Amino acid sequence: MRKSWMKLVVATTMLVASLAASSAVVTSAGAASASAPGEDSKAVGFIFVGPKDDFGYNQAAYEGSQAVKKAFPNVKVLTAENVPQDDNAARVMEGMVSRGAKILFATSYGHLDAALKVAKAHPDVVVVQQGNFIEGDITPNTGTYFGTVYEPVYLAGIAAGLETKTDKLGYVYAFPIPQTINNINAFELGALSVNPKVKTYTVNTSNWCDPAAQAEATKSLLSQGVDVITQHQDCTATVIKTTEAAGKMTVGYHADASKLAPKGWITGSEWAWDDMYVDIVKTALAGDFTGSKYNANYRVGYKTGENPFVESKFGKIVTAKEKAAVASAKETISTDGSPFAGPVVAQDGKVLFAAGVVPTYAEIEATAVFVKGVVGDLPKS
Amino acid sequence: MNLGLEVLIGGVRGGTSILYAGLGETVSERAGVVNLGIEGSMLCGALGAYAANAASGNPWVGALAGAAAGGALALIHGYFVLDRKSNQLATGLVVLFLALGITSLFGAAYVDEVITPFTIWEVPLLSSIPWIGDIFFKADALTYLSYAMVPLIWWLLFRSRWGLLLRGAGERTEVLRTYGHKPQLVQYIAVLIGGVMAGIGGAQLSTAYANAWFENMVQGRGFIAVAVVIFAARQPFKVMAGSYLFGAALALSPALQARGVSINQFALNAVPYIVTIVVLMIVGKKGASEAPEGLKKVFEMSPG
Repeated sequence: MRKSWMKLVVATTMLVASLAASSAVVTSAGAASASAPGEDSKAVGFIFVGPKDDFGYNQAAYEGSQAVKKAFPNVKVLTAENVPQDDNAARVMEGMVSRGAKILFATSYGHLDAALKVAKAHPDVVVVQQGNFIEGDITPNTGTYFGTVYEPVYLAGIAAGLETKTDKLGYVYAFPIPQTINNINAFELGALSVNPKVKTYTVNTSNWCDPAAQAEATKSLLSQGVDVITQHQDCTATVIKTTEAAGKMTVGYHADASKLAPKGWITGSEWAWDDMYVDIVKTALAGDFTGSKYNANYRVGYKTGENPFVESKFGKIVTAKEKAAVASAKETISTDGSPFAGPVVAQDGKVLFAAGVVPTYAEIEATAVFVKGVVGDLPKS
Repeated sequence: MNLGLEVLIGGVRGGTSILYAGLGETVSERAGVVNLGIEGSMLCGALGAYAANAASGNPWVGALAGAAAGGALALIHGYFVLDRKSNQLATGLVVLFLALGITSLFGAAYVDEVITPFTIWEVPLLSSIPWIGDIFFKADALTYLSYAMVPLIWWLLFRSRWGLLLRGAGERTEVLRTYGHKPQLVQYIAVLIGGVMAGIGGAQLSTAYANAWFENMVQGRGFIAVAVVIFAARQPFKVMAGSYLFGAALALSPALQARGVSINQFALNAVPYIVTIVVLMIVGKKGASEAPEGLKKVFEMSPG
């Protein structure tokens, strides 16, 4: 017995660590009817991977759900926070279906499998997923939607490339998902477009929100001489405060955090989901979801004029000339250009998009490597 | 900066919160009470410190509030295991989940608050010593305080009369009771010290290191502290070394990545836990035989 007790503690520790990650309520039931998917639904369900007040991704999605509530006073809005990205998500959504929801928003990248499972079990329920990509055939009641997050990030990269004095930018990210890879690439490409010497150093934390790990990552970047830091994390305060305390500059993500960095704030990107959520619900309630633009992998950007991801305001340090450079680039990518307009070269020298090529949103989303100028390797799993 | 130096600096920086929690757990376990809820005490400490700091604008007021919050949670653990004689391991976990819920609920309002964090203060002369100065003497006040806590806890446990009583309580409470002492009071105080120290550790995370509050922000560092205490055989100076080892392991990944070194992030993130398992295998048997007798009872799950 003596030897085994320590193993017990280690095992218990691991068990608890895994338990701590899941805390969603689980219910289950079924429903069926013959009308068009989502038509005349009495309720709309939203699931979020994190808490609704993270001043980031989940809060933005939650605020979108409240816009739906306001726009459709007769429809009940059901929300569930901290829904894990596994089968629990399916159970939470099943519970919402049993409470009358025929329109469901699965708002995290990792909720896709669960969303498709629920959609398959309930052909009369519209299930849309935020940010992932459905491979192959799309059934009449499913779809994914997202903005082109990398467009405002590209513009922020231009401002960062002009502001940096050391020609070293830093990027703290969580996991190498396609959104993040696109953001990092766009940031470096934006900076490169105005500063040929600039490099973007990357550090990942393997966690969407571990403030202490973020502090360590930021300090590691600063010690390499990086003087502008941006991030892709769910909670954003630590990276910004650590950078500001070191007297360096910040590019924000998810929300306007300029008050955390009164001296070093350059600009950033933030969410504005209200219009798109309301329109999706409106389309589904009318029974028009099937065959609509949302019954697909729907992507919008500056070209379509309704990107739900927008630029934050500029900080004090940004000059009029720099703002003009950003404005002119925005004009280009809103008309016939793209942050990824060729030539774009990968880290290993392979040409991703040849000179003169303007890739489509789908082609950009499929990029799985860093571009030249990004320092750091994508972790292999 | 030199990679080795950066990792060592990160080791102290990231290891300090673990050190506080580990020292507290050392005192608690020496008195025969395992508290797996110290992860929860760290959470309460982190939020308590952050909230009091935001309200007062004074980091020390924050640290005191963090200590009080961590101690208060540990007393709940103490009541159940000492008065109600509940299972220590199960109770510790329940207390942790209680803390997780409470801090998530009340912490939401503080996510966007701005605080007055502890600042870095460089010790004159000492900070100019190569390596040593960079690693130990360019730190925040709570880190300096932790240097003093290590010998203090050691002295308290092994050189003071009260420490003798405390260790006695951890070995055989019946003996103490026979001689007219109140072992339960001693154990209560030990559990309280454990919670207070973990609370300061949480305060260090939220108001000196990350300068932010977010739910579940301790992210398992309290459990790492429990592991450190076991493989350090409940010796304060070894706990210190173990905490810095973990801090260094956590600092290795970002330091390598910022240099563009090709690594597997998932393998690297497992390093701290692999270190624990290896050390447990090496010192396991010896550590087990040296454990206070009262603790062995806990782990053997025998009643009482």
